[in-house]
Amino acid sequence: MNIVRSHVLVCGGTGCTSSNSPEIIKQFNKELDKRGLSDEVKVIQTGCFGLCALGPIVIVYPEGSFYSMVKPEDVEEIVEEHILKGRIVKRLLYEGDLKEAKVATSLNDTNFYKKQKRIALRNCGVIDPENIDEYIANDGYQALAKVLTQMTPEEVIDTITASGLRGRGGAGFPTGRKWAFAAKEDNPVKYVCCNADEGDPGAFMDRSLLEGDPHSIIEAMAIAGYAIGAHQGYVYVRAEYPIAVKRLQIAIRQAREYGFLGEDIFGTGFNFDLDVRLGAGAFVCGEETALMRSIEGHRGEPRPRPPFPAVKGLFDKPTILNNVETYANVPWIINNGPEAFASIGTEKSKGTKVFALGGKITNTGLVEIPMGTTLREVIEEIGGGVPNGKKFKAAQTGGPSGGCIPESLIDTPMDFESLAAVGSIMGSGGLIVMDEDNCMVDIAKFFLQFTVDESCGKCTPCRIGMRRLLELVDKITSGNGTLEDIELTEQLCYHIKENSLCGLGQTAPNPVLSTLQHFRDEYIAHVVDKRCPAGVCKNLLRYQILAEKCIGCTSCARVCPVGAISGEVKKPHTIDTSKCIKCGACMEKCKFGAIVKN
Amino acid sequence: MSTVKVKVNGVEVECPANATVLEAARLAGIEIPTLCYMKEINAIGACRICVTEVSGARGLVAACVYPVAEGMEINTNSQKAYNARKMTLELILSNHRRDCLTCDRNQNCELQKLAKDYNIKDVRFGHPEELKPQIEDSMIHLIRDNSKCILCRRCVAVCKEMQGIGVIGPNDRGFETHISCAFDRNLEETACVSCGQCITVCPTGALTERDCTDKVWNALADKSKFVVVGTAPSVRVTLGECFDMPVGTNVQGKMVAALRRLGFDKVFDVDVTADLTILEEGTEFLERLNSGENLPLITSCSPGWVKFCEHYYPEFIPNLSSCKSPQQMFGAMMKTYYAEKMGIDPKDIFVVSIMPCTAKKFERFRDYQEAVPGLRDVDAAITTRELARMIATAGISFKDLPDEDFDPAFGISSGAGVIFGATGGVMEAALRTVTEIVTGQELKKLEFTEVRGTEGIKEAQYDLGGRLVRVAVASGLSNARALLERVKSGEAQYDMIEIMACPGGCVNGGGQPIQPQSVRNFVDLRAKRAAAIYDADKEMKLRKSHENPVIKEIYDTYLEKPGSHKAHKILHTKYQARSKYPGVAVAE
Amino acid sequence: MKKSIEELNAIRERMKQTIQMRSDNSNNVRVVVGMATCGIAAGARPVLAAFVDEVNRRQLKNVTVAQTGCIGVCRLEPIVEIYEPGKEKVTYVKVDENKARMIVAEHLVNQRVIEEYTIGAAK
Repeated sequence: MNIVRSHVLVCGGTGCTSSNSPEIIKQFNKELDKRGLSDEVKVIQTGCFGLCALGPIVIVYPEGSFYSMVKPEDVEEIVEEHILKGRIVKRLLYEGDLKEAKVATSLNDTNFYKKQKRIALRNCGVIDPENIDEYIANDGYQALAKVLTQMTPEEVIDTITASGLRGRGGAGFPTGRKWAFAAKEDNPVKYVCCNADEGDPGAFMDRSLLEGDPHSIIEAMAIAGYAIGAHQGYVYVRAEYPIAVKRLQIAIRQAREYGFLGEDIFGTGFNFDLDVRLGAGAFVCGEETALMRSIEGHRGEPRPRPPFPAVKGLFDKPTILNNVETYANVPWIINNGPEAFASIGTEKSKGTKVFALGGKITNTGLVEIPMGTTLREVIEEIGGGVPNGKKFKAAQTGGPSGGCIPESLIDTPMDFESLAAVGSIMGSGGLIVMDEDNCMVDIAKFFLQFTVDESCGKCTPCRIGMRRLLELVDKITSGNGTLEDIELTEQLCYHIKENSLCGLGQTAPNPVLSTLQHFRDEYIAHVVDKRCPAGVCKNLLRYQILAEKCIGCTSCARVCPVGAISGEVKKPHTIDTSKCIKCGACMEKCKFGAIVKN
Repeated sequence: MSTVKVKVNGVEVECPANATVLEAARLAGIEIPTLCYMKEINAIGACRICVTEVSGARGLVAACVYPVAEGMEINTNSQKAYNARKMTLELILSNHRRDCLTCDRNQNCELQKLAKDYNIKDVRFGHPEELKPQIEDSMIHLIRDNSKCILCRRCVAVCKEMQGIGVIGPNDRGFETHISCAFDRNLEETACVSCGQCITVCPTGALTERDCTDKVWNALADKSKFVVVGTAPSVRVTLGECFDMPVGTNVQGKMVAALRRLGFDKVFDVDVTADLTILEEGTEFLERLNSGENLPLITSCSPGWVKFCEHYYPEFIPNLSSCKSPQQMFGAMMKTYYAEKMGIDPKDIFVVSIMPCTAKKFERFRDYQEAVPGLRDVDAAITTRELARMIATAGISFKDLPDEDFDPAFGISSGAGVIFGATGGVMEAALRTVTEIVTGQELKKLEFTEVRGTEGIKEAQYDLGGRLVRVAVASGLSNARALLERVKSGEAQYDMIEIMACPGGCVNGGGQPIQPQSVRNFVDLRAKRAAAIYDADKEMKLRKSHENPVIKEIYDTYLEKPGSHKAHKILHTKYQARSKYPGVAVAE
Repeated sequence: MKKSIEELNAIRERMKQTIQMRSDNSNNVRVVVGMATCGIAAGARPVLAAFVDEVNRRQLKNVTVAQTGCIGVCRLEPIVEIYEPGKEKVTYVKVDENKARMIVAEHLVNQRVIEEYTIGAAK
């Protein structure tokens, strides 16, 4: 038997893959082979480690050396120095607090990981997602075995209910209650569906879970099938997630081979199988009824509820639909008991939540924190704060359905209730940080553009109303708005929220409403002063040359693409604002800080 | 059926337990406005005009789809609901090309009425004045203008669910959503059957028939033309609706008077050629019954159905009766027998048909529809709606007209011809004649009630002089499809099948008067109009096609006998298999 | 092949050792083998292999076998250091395969330091 003395874990998540991690794996294998080390060192492609800002990431065990931003040409050095000679390649080590601790510290002691509690992500970055045995090593399929041999369906549902698990897709509906509704239906055919149609801009926890730990979803869905009396499941995943799809398909195949899917699982007589359905990337297909329409082969559009899917869902049969992250928690809850889960989090929001950190934050990536962790802890400690010495302005949670939390509320605990109380939502866990350079009206417009694009077009308020809303906000950011327009905007927001057919329309105005709530003065500045305080809205910008600072070097005039700058050499220049297209090239070029925008 | 008690605006009503809020409100005398909803056709809760406050719901609910519950309190006219409807209307109007004065549906538009009812004075959004027409007019029968479409999807639902065709649907999404064919192809590149059901459910002027009235006016003005008009059986029981008369009023006499006043040289009844059809088709049926070939015989009066058969069930083409439809027989007889009898050059005869049907506009252009080579049997086919328009243009006070009779040459018909207008009518008319021919005995009871009624599929068996004859009747092409599948699989066996493209038959044809959802949701148009047809039949002395003296004369003096060589030349036609995807080259 | 629960458990036990290496548990006992050029030249590679093998074979939990660079006393290579939480570091020198297996058995399992192999004895 070969003795493996070292594991080289290379992140194979989408982020690291797109920055060339497959080539790194290839290089490792080549270099190890060259040195005859292939038998004693194992290279493993894992799921996401979470610190996507620093990818591609390589961890070498048993030392646990965390190498970041590794390039294929670095591999030879790592093999030669670290693996062969035991000398850690310090220049490639993660730049954070790890470096000072000189390697020996566990990864878990870094600020990024210290405050995290990884339940859903427990296997991500730890196991090889394409190897079912590694999942089994970490107690994989134990929960399914336990459920099938030691628990009744009612007990399973009671366990999930007692854990306090709530839907991680956005709305936070109690998972146990959802399962109980479907279990109650007397129908020989029922379905278990998994919503992997993650669509919020900036959110990628579901993708990472499927890429890093697909078996946990499979196991959870089989458990759900047993609990409600279903024998078929569907994972609806967007086709833009090719790695997730591939790993999921591999995992399903492996699970079938081992008999964890299929007929008579563990000899208990329970049958359950799973299929993957690819979505074409419509945001609205994350809405449960639209998702089911899409699985059925129709245009993905929501339908009115009732009837609810638990009664009449996919193919008109009782159906439960849960989000990827929700499922990822299920085996853990079965294995560790509902109390363990319920002991984490707040009174009404139990367990942990995965957030995708993005925007103006140092550690962009994926973090899993106990519910109730404050926004400040997430941004300042885990996220490493706002880069470039800029001032934190607001955090956007819940994506296009969510809202902005201003600096004054940075101590808000991140749980369902607290986020709702400040006018935002948990959503699927996107968290976008904004600094002083962000215009909040512009941010609202960004999300509106997204929802206008993604509206299915079925109901009037969303189809037409959202477009009109965007036109109004556009009017404001272009400097043509009036105070009446702000009022009409607000009125239209409430109309769309109250009258839309599905959750997409019912929440789509939230980015506008929450910025109106917390940053109304910025809106007013746009319409009354005709000024964009953050200097973002082009129409309201004016570039100007400060005569006292300008030395007449002419470099601005030369870089201006429209010839808007004129002046004699060695004399202060001027900008013709009627010609200026506000591209900012002159300001970038000026070495003397003589050009300002206001 | 179990019932529940609910309160509508404080008034208690008892309603079926499976009723919607909309239906419960109606029971309390309140009409909640709707746009996308249409009973039995479309219940998708999309337009949001019917939003209403109900107890126990989080916000406003769509009354058209929201189920009632015991003790529910419904407030249909709360300020919140009123404001919401108004704003939604304003949004719809912000994206609707409002050329009301020149719109086909002016004063018969559900959106226009709502805008008036809700006192919309100002549209604060968008720039509707910049909207340009978006015309799709590739088909002979239909014009779509999506600049007036409000995306209620009633047309989509009727095409897909009721007719089982589904050649139109929403394309793109969000604000760009529009109804069109797959890949935005033209309708002519699809297997659209021209039934026109989409037009009759459209709440606005987005879908209209291709108007041919100008062509008729021109012919009437042309002194060199001898302009004859023939009216289809069902038109007489629907035309009145265009003049505010109750659904199911028989206005045959006034219709004839109006046509005469419009200046037609002769006003004839297509019922006569319906009788002629029975003689030809009955003969054909008996021949097939004897030979056992190409059974079941399937009727061919409905051009929508015929086109459907050619596109989707070409294997049944041999089963189709080779008889032309009554419209085409009418035109053919005008240009042969009648021209000869009157000594008029067939070239100078201009044949207009008044039809409940948009597919008739297509049918007149079919191949093998020229009894006189080089001359189309029919020169203009206009719908009931177009006729109403002409009557209005001419300033004829329809309601005040006296009742007049058809011109005699083609003006005497039997009750059998009249009932062609309702589903089962052709079958019943055929059975009256065929039974008497086979048995040689007079029928004691003329009503074949088993094939009457608005159900989608009807079946019956009759003893035809010792031979058991199995018949089936289907209306609506989804039903036709279901029936044909059963025949194909061998599950069901019949000797004769009547199929009408439109649900309920011609009384509910795509060319019939448009009734708003507020009427259609609560009045069974099919049943009421059909009742008028059967009443007319009952009142008639002559109720069997083979006893019609006009028909007898035609055979005696011209066609010799049913199924003769000459009859075949003039009154029969051929069919062709058509692709399901006419616009694309598909290896089939 | 379809797996029974017993087989599932067997796979888990077998694979646990593999996964063990990746745990970041700072309570682990760390066996660190000097693997610089000097160490390798003196035969550190088979020593490392022997440690890994022996630890796996005995299914020891919470033991990490790692490598490091030159420890600094090249003449005594192969050198192996054992770190136990809350205890003083023990340094074994001139370790060979057999000694490695002995160290696992005595030191790690029976908790008895083999004094004669340590750097103290070598001096």
